[in-house]
Amino acid sequence: MALDPTSIAGKEYAWEAHVPLVVVGAGPAGIAAALEAAGLGMQVMLVDEHPVASALMGIDVPWMFGERMGAAVQNQGRMIERVVAARPELQAAFEAGVDVRLGVYAWSAFVEGPTSRALPGPVLGLADETRAWFVRFDRMIVAAGGRDLGLAFPGWDRPGVMGARGFAAAVGLYGAFSGRRIVVLGGGAAGAEVVRAARAAGVEVAGIVDVGVVEGMADVPVYAGYRVSGVEGAEVEAVRIARGDGSGALRIACDTVVLAVDVVPVVEMFDLLGCALRFDGTRGGWVPVLDREGRCSQAGVSGPGVSGPGVSGPGVYAAGDCAGVSDAALADPGLAAAAGRKAARAAARDAGLVAPEVEVGPAEMAPAAMEPDRDLWRRAWLGAHMGAPDLPICRCEEVSLADIAGVRPPRYLDYDAAKFADRDVRTLAAEGPLNQDQIKRLTRAGMGACQGRRCREQVQAILAMSGNQATGSVPMPSHRAPLRPLPLSVLAAFEESDAVKDNWTAWFGIAAQWTPHWEKVPDGLRYETRWKPGVEE
Amino acid sequence: MTHVVIIGGGATGLSAAFWLRREGVAVTVVEKGIVGWEASGRNGGGATHAVSPLFAEEQRLWPLMDELLGYPTEYQRQRVRIGLSRAQLDLILEGVAIARRQGFIAHELDNRALRELVPFVSERAAGGVLLEYGGHANPQRTLQAYAWAVQDSGGVIQQHTAVGGFETAGGRITAVRTDQGLIGCDVVVLAAGPHTAQLAAKLGIRVPVAAARAEMVVTEPLALIRFGGADGNGVYGRQTLRGNLAYGGGAHEWIDLPDATTPRPVNSPVMQSVAKRVHELFPRVAHARVIRSWAGVVENTPDGRPILDRLSGPDNLVVASMSSVGFGLSPASGRAVAQLATIGRCDFADLSQLRLSRFDGLAADWQHQMGWVPWVHPKEAAA
Ligand SMILES: Cc1cc2nc3c(=O)[nH]c(=O)nc-3n(C[C@H](O)[C@H](O)[C@H](O)COP(=O)(O)OP(=O)(O)OC[C@H]3O[C@@H](n4cnc5c(N)ncnc54)[C@H](O)[C@@H]3O)c2cc1C
Repeated sequence: MALDPTSIAGKEYAWEAHVPLVVVGAGPAGIAAALEAAGLGMQVMLVDEHPVASALMGIDVPWMFGERMGAAVQNQGRMIERVVAARPELQAAFEAGVDVRLGVYAWSAFVEGPTSRALPGPVLGLADETRAWFVRFDRMIVAAGGRDLGLAFPGWDRPGVMGARGFAAAVGLYGAFSGRRIVVLGGGAAGAEVVRAARAAGVEVAGIVDVGVVEGMADVPVYAGYRVSGVEGAEVEAVRIARGDGSGALRIACDTVVLAVDVVPVVEMFDLLGCALRFDGTRGGWVPVLDREGRCSQAGVSGPGVSGPGVSGPGVYAAGDCAGVSDAALADPGLAAAAGRKAARAAARDAGLVAPEVEVGPAEMAPAAMEPDRDLWRRAWLGAHMGAPDLPICRCEEVSLADIAGVRPPRYLDYDAAKFADRDVRTLAAEGPLNQDQIKRLTRAGMGACQGRRCREQVQAILAMSGNQATGSVPMPSHRAPLRPLPLSVLAAFEESDAVKDNWTAWFGIAAQWTPHWEKVPDGLRYETRWKPGVEE
Repeated sequence: MTHVVIIGGGATGLSAAFWLRREGVAVTVVEKGIVGWEASGRNGGGATHAVSPLFAEEQRLWPLMDELLGYPTEYQRQRVRIGLSRAQLDLILEGVAIARRQGFIAHELDNRALRELVPFVSERAAGGVLLEYGGHANPQRTLQAYAWAVQDSGGVIQQHTAVGGFETAGGRITAVRTDQGLIGCDVVVLAAGPHTAQLAAKLGIRVPVAAARAEMVVTEPLALIRFGGADGNGVYGRQTLRGNLAYGGGAHEWIDLPDATTPRPVNSPVMQSVAKRVHELFPRVAHARVIRSWAGVVENTPDGRPILDRLSGPDNLVVASMSSVGFGLSPASGRAVAQLATIGRCDFADLSQLRLSRFDGLAADWQHQMGWVPWVHPKEAAA
């Protein structure tokens, strides 16, 4: 059989290492997993993106930092020290021989599947602030944690509005919070965590606001049954709140609003790995489907068209908040650590390193039956704030609530508004089940530089609410690499093989495809591979 | 009244439906998923294929499409091709010569003139060409525009409906079999992209196309430049009207389509090579962050040219595969397909090179012989 030289056949990239186990995320779950696995004799690489580039913080990646990070975060060396100091167990990981990579983004994973057969095995894409590279791996424990749940209210797009995780990082991990007086939105466990962190850091809490109830919190003014009616100042100077019926209007002076209604499992890596996901309101939304011992199912690996020898999927395990958030775990990081250790034992056992009878146990951190339906909080929040049609939902792309409901084209386009007058989410729903990726294509909601972090959950809930359907019945919009916004210069900084360079072609390179139609198809198959890199001449 | 059933709600099928509705022909488009979900909504948006017999008509139609469809397509005229080296520039000029022979106009640009139009380029680039032809549009918006225009004019689009076979009688197709029941028809247009081969096989017809995955990357939005349709250095693409740089190129991957579904097209390490070439092309915006990537599945015929043909047996079947270059040409390809469906020939372009019969003598194992089959990594000898 001939090979098509312009195809991917035989084109290896440089794989810088081949690690038996990679752990993504060095929070409590990830560090515990790495330590446990190392203790069981596994060679482990532990990757964490913190400290992240201050430029990324500026666009609320990976958390909503709300422009409340002080200048200190620009000093990456200093921040690495801070991260190590804030997570003392990292020291133990270094000592246990774990290959710890801080300030490194896990931006992609490539695995074999029906449309991807040419890989030597599972590959992880890593990057720092200067270059990007690949490592091969056999097993991965995803311990990517949670991220902030974006929920709109009037003024939520102002500097000074941040998320629960962003705030925790600002006062804890980075010690760089530039505010003084906060108002917390969210009366549940995530809000309580913010209050605790604020107290520990000596930050004043001016109040807790929730559209529903606020769980008992001594010494802090509590506004239960209130919604946000506005934010004052170009940067937050005060927040205005009122009851659902508009009564009881109040103004609370503050320099920061911390949106802490909930935290969302970070499932992007599972999606790239082809793991099955399901929607579970009690777990905070989309979560990986796990077996009893924390293993993910890999549809991508066993899917149609892929079977037989030579196809090997990685073992993927989930631990911590990325497998599903819970009030219990928000209050007690020890639960995540325990989940990490369990995942490590499952990985070590699957690798044949420990006896099969070693107890691995369920990956869940808290029994689901004990947990509230967190999906209801989102709906309640949005329901209370949806009165304003111009409410910005996707901030990157400036897509409002009305834009989504009316499936309107983006603002930069001139279009015939009359044509869109009879079209909306409901008419679209009449043509087939609502699909968030389709809404994204039509309105651009979720297409921006923050990669949909601030609006994914809201758009899903809004679609579900307008179609009167369960939130989970709106399919998850896809995640695509790079999982963090990476500069062209960083992705470009790698050595490409001659096989890739010499056979480069813009589009298939089938010579007859590019000869004019009035000329006969030339005899014999020829490829156009003259697109040599220009800069090297 | 004639009823045309179109299999495939991609650019080819929907454009055909649009043109058929303009002639008042009853149309049903059957799409297994959502309109424009496959290659037609995942491509580079390029509309500059001067080698095609449909190109002249495409050029005439594109500037009218927003008006005709009633919805925005984001179509922009003109392109800039950039040669970083003299060798690249020569390659570009080879392509330009083909367009010039047809009367299209292009201006060569020295480095300064090039940078005035495309400030992202460095002083070291050899030069470029401003094409007074060609253009680009937003694939996703265009596909929805086609679909809505079809509905507005009374056409039927049945989404989430997969065609599984045909009913035939007397050498004609009488109905299309779907998972939602039979749809009676007078004429069938088979425009199912990579799945065209599978469906044709149900009629005992061989349509030789091989499926492949191709990928692209996109950056965050940047300030708009004057000619967004700027590419070169082995990558194709454009700056979108929103300001994002969307580019693709490099190694594709031949894949199997064992059943009627389209597997999720993933990305590969090749996406990093694409970013590398965009970076070389536009060093002035090296800081621009890549925020997304995607891939799509296309089909290619052995000579890389489309098959647009009204067959003689069954004589009410039109086969329409654009062989991986079908978005930009779609205003014209759809019109040609509509004519094949109604009058049996195309009166504005010479499609004689695009007949299916040109592959009659093709070896049964042509895909294998050409290497257009999945390549599975041999792995370590031990494994
Ligand atoms: C990354 C990439 C970049 C590209 N760049 C460009 C470019 O810049 N310019 C350009 O002109 N072209 C480009 N192309 C090619 C172009 O996208 C395709 O040639 C074109 O979209 C083909 O349109 P189509 O309607 O023929 O097929 P498709 O878009 O493949 O549509 C076929 C439809 O048929 C449906 N279908 C299949 N089987 C069935 C069934 N059994 N029942 C019902 N429905 C079925 C599918 O779901 C699909 O929606 C690119 C493609 C890719 C992937």
